[in-house]
Amino acid sequence: MGQIRLNKVSKRFGEVEVIPPLDLTIEDGEFTVFVGPSGCGKSTLLRLIAGLEDITSGHIEIDGADATNVPPAKRGLAMVFQSYALYPHMSVRKNIAFPMRMAGVPADEQARRIEAAAKALNLTDYLDRRPGQLSGGQRQRVAIGRAIVREPSAFLFDEPLSNLDAALRVGMRMEISELHKKLATTMIYVTHDQVEAMTMADRIVVLRAGFIEQVGSPLELYHKPCNEFVAGFIGSPKMNLIKGAEAAKHGVATIGIRPEHLDVSSSEGAWKATVGIAEHLGSDTFLHIHGVEGCDPMTARVDGELPVKHGDTIYLTPQLDKLHKFDAQGLRVD
Amino acid sequence: MATQHSRSAARLMMAPAVVLLLGWMLVPLTMTLYFSFRKYLPLRGGDLGWVGFDNYVRFVSSSSFWPSVMTTLIIVGGVLAITVILGIGLAVLLNQPMWGQGMVRILVIAPFFVMPTVSALVWKNMFMDPNYGLLAHLWELFGATPVEWLSQASLTSIVMIVSWQWLPFATLILLTAIQSLDSEQLEAAEMDGAPASKRFAFITLPHLGRAITVVILIQTIFLLSIFAEIFVTTGGAFGTKTLTYLIFQRVLESQNVGLGSAGGVYAIILANIVAIFLMRIVGKNLDA
Repeated sequence: MGQIRLNKVSKRFGEVEVIPPLDLTIEDGEFTVFVGPSGCGKSTLLRLIAGLEDITSGHIEIDGADATNVPPAKRGLAMVFQSYALYPHMSVRKNIAFPMRMAGVPADEQARRIEAAAKALNLTDYLDRRPGQLSGGQRQRVAIGRAIVREPSAFLFDEPLSNLDAALRVGMRMEISELHKKLATTMIYVTHDQVEAMTMADRIVVLRAGFIEQVGSPLELYHKPCNEFVAGFIGSPKMNLIKGAEAAKHGVATIGIRPEHLDVSSSEGAWKATVGIAEHLGSDTFLHIHGVEGCDPMTARVDGELPVKHGDTIYLTPQLDKLHKFDAQGLRVD
Repeated sequence: MATQHSRSAARLMMAPAVVLLLGWMLVPLTMTLYFSFRKYLPLRGGDLGWVGFDNYVRFVSSSSFWPSVMTTLIIVGGVLAITVILGIGLAVLLNQPMWGQGMVRILVIAPFFVMPTVSALVWKNMFMDPNYGLLAHLWELFGATPVEWLSQASLTSIVMIVSWQWLPFATLILLTAIQSLDSEQLEAAEMDGAPASKRFAFITLPHLGRAITVVILIQTIFLLSIFAEIFVTTGGAFGTKTLTYLIFQRVLESQNVGLGSAGGVYAIILANIVAIFLMRIVGKNLDA
């Protein structure tokens, strides 16, 4: 079990309101990702759930029981920190054993769980090493191992992959996703990287300045962003937001079109423009385009190779069924 | 320093310092060794020639020798225990956010700036004097007979004075070490179910291991040779004669340079024995 319900939870640091009163329910077994730009309060929210920060007002319920004033250790949650927070003077085995040692789990049961966790995380050969002798990815796995052996009702991840290099990050991303499939435990994952959010989440919570902008599955957010902020935040490269006369043609303040939903032609189209930078990746080509009124530069994504270079003139046509419309307040218009 | 040229330039530039340091160390050491084998009584005939190991035998067979070694070890051990334990406590307290933190930290360091002679005199006259010392007043307040600190509890008094001087040093080193502890580690331990006492024992204390080692090693070096505190308080009486003080008495009060020099060589040996033990016990903390 691992249902977490936040009821009018808010947090202030002195005069600064970091989290305005907020309601959110995280269902049992769900992989929820909190995503948002730096300083949007996503880590604070996670720490409130963990109990590492006191909430200013509101209630937190875990599995239906009020956990607002329950100390972190008694909430049955396990956390993986950004810095991994391994205990440097203990071997990997002792690191993983630490929470069980604190809980007074019998030695043979400890050994069994360590064995199982080490096997699941490919750490069997490293159990007697110190964290200092491990690579970043291995340390990350030890931190996860330390969380798993507690058999928590939910896992909390605080930007766990941000200290890893790009290649390792992709690998660990999949390992964490697989772990979730295997354990089927509730996981809350904080990241500022929308790619991580899109690839891993069952449900994404987009935060800005402590407010929840939108909650939904990755594809819901992709196809139906409820406002301009979510539209610009989710998706890579970013959605092109066009204001002014072009938007007025559609009767709204802003229209948005994703780079992959622009048809590019060298002879004819709705908008005439000049190519700025062309990024040829082989599988796709990203074009940074100047000259479209109300959106400069505009980004377009083309599958495969497109033989254009800096300074070429091209024509762009948005796929009208993929067009997003937003009113003057930035809210979605359907 | 990669090239041949830069390496030789570096050697050349380091040379003055190396020569100076070597000279500073080797000249007194050689002279001590030289005098320790001679009968040298400055006011009673001067240098009276070679005597072999006579001085060494006389120094050890003196009834003051073993007590002075014991006194030295008790003072060093006592001060180390007090400064390290209280130092850890103070460091933990000072690491808590509080009002007037900067001021408090400066006050804590203050005793270290006071010269040993001065602080010993302050303690002797202002605190420990059995007639008008503050501690005497405190005792009288409760109707007790004031303790004659420096004669009745002489060794304890010296340990107290020296600890007071060295506590700031220990606190300062341990405070900087405690500040470098990653707060996420403490939070992780909190999540893992460790109460404050266990977080201290399993996370903070091991983290401080290296700093504690540094404190112990550095303090030992200085504590083995404490002198001023004894000179201005008891003058070596009431069982406070350390090895250093015994050597001083042999050379200056007995005017026997040869005997004192032999004592100096013993002091070197004692310091090395202590150093070997310390490195065995705590030195491994300095690795990795």
